Amino acid sequence: MPIEILMPALSPTMEEGNLAKWLKSEGDKVTAGDVIAEIETDKATMEVEAVDEGTLGKILIPAGSEGVKVNTPIAVLLQDGESAADIGRNGAAPPQAKPADADTPKQAADDAGGKARQSAEEPTANKDAAKVPAAPKAEAAADPDIPAGTEMVSTTVREALRDAMAEEMRHDQDVFVMGEEVAEYQGAYKITQGLLQEFGPRRVVDTPITEHGFAGVGVGAAMAGLKPIVEFMTFNFAMQAIDQIVNSAAKTLYMSGGQMGAPIVFRGPNGAAARVAAQHSQDYAAWYSHIPGLKVIQPYTAADAKGLLKAAIRDPNPVIFLENEILYGHSFDVPKLDDFVLPIGKARIHKAGKDVTLVSWGIGMTYAVKAEAELAKLGIDVEIVDLRTIRPMDLDTVIASVKKTNRLVVVEEGYPQSSVGDFIANQVSQRAFDFLDAPVITIAGKDVPMPYAANLEKLALPNVGEVIEAVKAVTYRG
Amino acid sequence: MAQAARKSSAKTRADGKSQPYPTAPKPADFTKEQELAAYRGMLLIRRFEEKAGQLYGMGFIGGFCHLYIGQEAVVTGLKMAMADGDQMITAYRDHGHMLAMEMSPRGVMAELTGRRGGYSKGKGGSMHMFSKEKNFYGGHGIVGAQVSLGTGLAFANRYRDNSAVSLTFFGDGAANQGQVYESFNMASLWKLPVIYVIENNRYAMGTSVARSSAETDFSQRGASFRIPGIQVDGMDVRAVKSAGELALEHCRTGKGPIILEMLTYRYRGHSMSDPAKYRTKEEVQKMRSEHDPIEQVKARVIDKKWASEDELKAIDKEVRDIVADSADFAQTDPEPDASELWTDIVH
Repeated sequence: MPIEILMPALSPTMEEGNLAKWLKSEGDKVTAGDVIAEIETDKATMEVEAVDEGTLGKILIPAGSEGVKVNTPIAVLLQDGESAADIGRNGAAPPQAKPADADTPKQAADDAGGKARQSAEEPTANKDAAKVPAAPKAEAAADPDIPAGTEMVSTTVREALRDAMAEEMRHDQDVFVMGEEVAEYQGAYKITQGLLQEFGPRRVVDTPITEHGFAGVGVGAAMAGLKPIVEFMTFNFAMQAIDQIVNSAAKTLYMSGGQMGAPIVFRGPNGAAARVAAQHSQDYAAWYSHIPGLKVIQPYTAADAKGLLKAAIRDPNPVIFLENEILYGHSFDVPKLDDFVLPIGKARIHKAGKDVTLVSWGIGMTYAVKAEAELAKLGIDVEIVDLRTIRPMDLDTVIASVKKTNRLVVVEEGYPQSSVGDFIANQVSQRAFDFLDAPVITIAGKDVPMPYAANLEKLALPNVGEVIEAVKAVTYRG
Repeated sequence: MAQAARKSSAKTRADGKSQPYPTAPKPADFTKEQELAAYRGMLLIRRFEEKAGQLYGMGFIGGFCHLYIGQEAVVTGLKMAMADGDQMITAYRDHGHMLAMEMSPRGVMAELTGRRGGYSKGKGGSMHMFSKEKNFYGGHGIVGAQVSLGTGLAFANRYRDNSAVSLTFFGDGAANQGQVYESFNMASLWKLPVIYVIENNRYAMGTSVARSSAETDFSQRGASFRIPGIQVDGMDVRAVKSAGELALEHCRTGKGPIILEMLTYRYRGHSMSDPAKYRTKEEVQKMRSEHDPIEQVKARVIDKKWASEDELKAIDKEVRDIVADSADFAQTDPEPDASELWTDIVH
């Protein structure tokens, strides 16, 4: 049967073009790959190549024709044994079988894959928007019960993180640590202290100072089924690697239809330390919390650091684990249990209260805790919610607390615009607006690069006084 | 071969340590079975890509679509040298790699049309497809990212102390990305079993290697990291296979990474919407008529009387039928269910 050659679409947005020139004449032999015509689009002049072999039987659209719609037959190709007399017999079939339940291939394309192009060009009406299926709700498990009589051991966050890694490495041979100075140096901040001695250089791997490269190597190893813990000396340096974290680690599970993911933990200190200035002081919680496919954890206590890092290492997804240099030396009670694992995505009521909800996480909790003690003296009973996980976020716990206290203050060290606190305020206004007795106040770092001078640095960070004032404001106790 | 493959020879470094630049092996002749397998394998890629181009023109395939036409000998020859368990990873000009790795033409074509029967359920598209079962690790859309990832696959092989080798493909354009050299450094430092296959098709999108690369001999790009490299006539499937065997042996014997620079050529534009005005028609025509990888095999087969024109036509028909079947499937398979919007984001 003669084959119709159709006006091709030569870009994702092309709908019509001009048939500039025929390079073959009727009667010419054509083999696959031969250039047969030139087509002008709004962007360029493109060559049309034959896909099938045969003889150019008839040119349907002459050279110089303008505004030829995509998928219009432009010529007819005759196959072996056919002649011009066969043209039109049975209606020459388009090159590809039947165009699925539609009058023309273009329509079929519009009904199917082509639809996406149109919807991209035309904003969808509300009725279409309503057809978007709702996101499934993730349920996080509750914290495990700690048996009565369990010994509590005062532990620094530093030791808790080390213990978590060591326990998981004993438990699973596929877990290994890589990063700058993690082995021989024993960790730039001594988080990996002793791991080289226990697990050897195969599993505790010093890398060159090449964040982009070793993050990619880690993700590749995770795709092959290993469970890397990639330590960044600070998350400030992970900006060099963020493409591998976002484009390779976070998106691959989706892009592979669930076939292949990256069970990997990226961890290290995040945010400001002391006097290290603008390039070493940024808090990345909001950045990573933006990305579907990532989990983002920012613990405050040593127990949470341990239980959540163990959970992160076991999690089959890429996890961003944001630590803080200042917190490394803080001590907290950690239950002495063989396998203390906490659920990712579950907030913790750090201190119950009835007058106002104070939400924070990570180093931000230090301001919240100090402010709460001061406010108690004023007779204000603050409930502190430690978010612990930024993504997936336990908004249910936050909202339940707000419904009880009717007031909300959020504290973080990151920048104010598009901050984590902004997102929480937005969600609370959508889900608990009628319960609010005051506007939500978000406290963040100041909207400036971190200054070096001690006095300016202090001003750039949130402070306890700001938290106290915010709580007074939402409780109208100013 | 339009680009003369430079003969490498053993060199001694200034510090006296030997730098083993292996010489490109003399291509071993193929047996009849090998010639016919190579012919069929390359023809499948070519016909598949032509069909993909056609479906793109009809609006069934959207977005970006990068065709492999002209470069078929590279993956076909290397696959013939690979063993079970060896991995492959590449960038976005990836359809040929997937077919060479024996992924199903239906699954690949249906992914191109964004249908539920595609390898990624229609959620990845032309540039993002994977098959763990077939040891194909993508399909990556960011130029150069796959080089670090492929090095990570090799890291896993070394960690597990198995004999698998990671074949990490990238183009002459990606060869200028910084993370490539970070990866070279680690691969050489840790003696990782990775073959860096640089598919030099002479153009990084529309920029010729001469306009984008200070050192256009990509086989030597590993010199600073003591990674040996050889240039290979990437239009001759026999040369590719022989070089692949040498490189695989190098990796399997614990010598670390090696670079194979494949001198090849892409007939089509960078993507479907590239009019390819940065090169002459004569240049393209010369490659097609004098160096076509499929025609080279065909000429040898006919010359040796290993198959008649008719027998080759029968292979052509079989291949066309497979491609037509994949195209039929890819046009009639339904789009993914709306609920797939929210699946596979996290485990």
